[in-house]
Amino acid sequence: MIAFILRRLVQSVLVMLVVSLVSFVMFRFVGDPIAAIVGQETSIADRETLREHLGLNDPVLMQFLGFIGRVVQGDFGISYRLQQPVMELILSRLPATLELALVSGVVAFVAGVALGVYTALNRRGVAAATIMSTSLIGVSLPTFLIGVLLIWVFAVELQWLPSFGRGETVTVGGWTTGFLTGSGRASLVLPVITLGLYQMTLIMRLVRAEMLEVLRTDYIKFARARGLSNRAVNFGHALKNTLVPVITIAGLQLGSIIAFAIITETVFQWPGVGALFINSVQFVDVPVMAAYLLLISFIFVVINLIVDLLYYVVDPRLRVDRASARH
Amino acid sequence: MSFGLMRSALLRRTTAALLAGAALALTFAPAEAKTLRWARVGDALTLDPHSANEGPTSTLLHHVYETLVTRAVDGTLMPGLATEWNIDPLDPTVWVFKLREGVKFHDGAALTAEDVVASMERVRKETSDFKGLHSGVVGAEADGDYTVRIKMDGPSPLYVQNLTNFFIMDKDWIAANGVEMPQDRKNAEEKFTVRNANGTGPYKVTLRDPEVRTVLTYFDGHWDTKPDVTEIVYTPIKEAATRVAALLSGEVDFVQDVPVQDISRLLNTPGVAVTTGPENRSIFFGYDQGSDKLRSANTPDNPFKKPEVREAMALAMDRDAIMKVVMRGQSLPSGVAMPPFVNGWTPDLDAYPEPDYEKGKALLAEAGYPEGFSVDLNCPNDRYLNDEAICQAYVGMLGRIGIKANLVSQSRTLHFPLIQKFETDFYLLGWGVPTFDSAYVFDFLIHSPEGARGGWNATKYLNPEVDAMIKSLATEIDTNVRNSTVTKIWDQVQKDRVLLSVHNQLLAYATRDNIGIAVHPENQPKMTDVKFK
Repeated sequence: MIAFILRRLVQSVLVMLVVSLVSFVMFRFVGDPIAAIVGQETSIADRETLREHLGLNDPVLMQFLGFIGRVVQGDFGISYRLQQPVMELILSRLPATLELALVSGVVAFVAGVALGVYTALNRRGVAAATIMSTSLIGVSLPTFLIGVLLIWVFAVELQWLPSFGRGETVTVGGWTTGFLTGSGRASLVLPVITLGLYQMTLIMRLVRAEMLEVLRTDYIKFARARGLSNRAVNFGHALKNTLVPVITIAGLQLGSIIAFAIITETVFQWPGVGALFINSVQFVDVPVMAAYLLLISFIFVVINLIVDLLYYVVDPRLRVDRASARH
Repeated sequence: MSFGLMRSALLRRTTAALLAGAALALTFAPAEAKTLRWARVGDALTLDPHSANEGPTSTLLHHVYETLVTRAVDGTLMPGLATEWNIDPLDPTVWVFKLREGVKFHDGAALTAEDVVASMERVRKETSDFKGLHSGVVGAEADGDYTVRIKMDGPSPLYVQNLTNFFIMDKDWIAANGVEMPQDRKNAEEKFTVRNANGTGPYKVTLRDPEVRTVLTYFDGHWDTKPDVTEIVYTPIKEAATRVAALLSGEVDFVQDVPVQDISRLLNTPGVAVTTGPENRSIFFGYDQGSDKLRSANTPDNPFKKPEVREAMALAMDRDAIMKVVMRGQSLPSGVAMPPFVNGWTPDLDAYPEPDYEKGKALLAEAGYPEGFSVDLNCPNDRYLNDEAICQAYVGMLGRIGIKANLVSQSRTLHFPLIQKFETDFYLLGWGVPTFDSAYVFDFLIHSPEGARGGWNATKYLNPEVDAMIKSLATEIDTNVRNSTVTKIWDQVQKDRVLLSVHNQLLAYATRDNIGIAVHPENQPKMTDVKFK
């Protein structure tokens, strides 16, 4: 077990190194930071001096190694755009993204499982058919459009919910949270729906398909033959056995919710790391882009590791197989 | 839903309170605090007054810091912290500024000439982004408490025009916080000035959460008359649809960057007002007329070198169609690459021909390209109003005379380096003129690359006579001589068709209809000018 974790940790570091190297190679296609940093009056000579000073003339590999060397010492540099230390900047934006992602993830998971079970058990019902067909909207409409539509209906027409921002936030031990204020919670509603809709429909469809499969198996028939109640059969046996793949997908989706909150954050002016990244790309803010991509790959790596470990815990067969293979 | 109901009940109550407040205001002097919620596409990058020479940053800083001279909405210079300014009659290389007395910084310190001298020193530092505007300065010295003498390296009759974004800081505050240098982006330590400010401006910074919210409150010790707006809540909203929605839902009062396509709808929305006005920025095409061969053309020579081709391209441009279709009426078509505010502009220069595709085709044939030719057109897609659409429209028009332009449109961070490195054959560019004088256009766009000049001259236009005339503008003190030189240069530039002008941009501000605000030609509106109706 420990060897397994160690091996995965070494792999994780390698993955993160490769991600940063690839991102460094790609930065040159994003543009020239100098053009964004200085005003139009700056002379050619001054531009060149600044480029040299920031080390932008060095070969990509040198820039990459320099970056890794500083990161190891905990120095992520300073944002070209906002002139604030990069780590401080990202950490100040991270709570907004994590709160949004977590609430969306939970809502998507709970609603997705509930609706999935319902539609699987009531396959021929009118309600289930309606849910299934409307869920197509969730899968097929782009996030951007859903966000703008929600803003239009709930902020402009009905004026129930705010159209942008995070509302009032409270700082608890360095963590800014929107959970504790009314405007903070109201501000969460539309972005959570926008971000979670796709994940919810995905989980719902997955649960439904798995449930239908499991319900056809012999042990369910046997359980019914034993005279167990519907409730015990559906939830005690069927649902439990569908959850293994669902947890895997949900875990991996949490990573992508965090990583791809970019669009939702942009539409709702949500002050998270995704919006920060987009603004940084437009400014060619290399230090922020590099740190953000490193952070996202770190999150993915950690989530993958946890999911792997959960497999180990949840599915006894994995342990048995591995043990017997060793002998 | 319950909070929805609560909110509308609250709204009703607030409206009632506001109405009562308005009724009171009619009877008594307006004493209560009035908040203006202001949204635009991006935030100020920093609060440091010398660190980012960038529109939104300067716009916000004008509320916190002040300058010696300011720019009125009609483009003329107005007194700011300086009440009078002139060139020393005994020494044409010295500018003399008389400072306003009784001006206080937010921390209570009085403004003196030493503060201006310290600010001048700081703005010329290596890490300052404004140092290019002060490259001719040799040094500044205080002459008593309220007079500053700025020594230039030669006669500089136009230097005062460079001072409209020169913000004055307190000498002691600079020393106390160790911020003698603006932020160095290689140093991971953040300067105190990035998120803290101490100016003489009408508003103090009470909250600064970069890219989320900035709150400014009226500074009681300000020297000028008290404005209507006593509190400003500034929020960047990047997405155009969200920005407009926030105005329609009543969450903001003033949207500075209104998307062109939303203007007509906003005009028809009750409770919302839209004000438009010309921006001090012209949009034009440039082409490499200096090289012997183009990078992207399918000809062995450079077609842009031939005057007939340049004339044909001018005849192919239907400016009125671009104004109507692409800009939806929100532009002023023009025949010269400078906005009407600029010294040197005349209606004659600005006149433009009707498009004539037949003649254009004939001219191409005359130049030796009866079948036309193909060339890449570089265009930004995130810098000017509808920039990419303008290029697309012109590509279609060029096609009618046989020139096949391949549109390469990309982000400004990729587009502008192409121009600065002179690596483009044919490009779109916009140019604002902060000094409101033709010399600024000539220095950067017409003069050949040399020192601080010619940095944006990707047309590779080279005319030593014109270069000499441009240089003379910097030091000529006699206004009449200078203006006639400006006219001569423009005549030559128009004759050689160096730049192919499209239009001047219009700005649109959208507000709740109880707010009056005039469009500022540099897009730097001041909330002290806002009137509540």
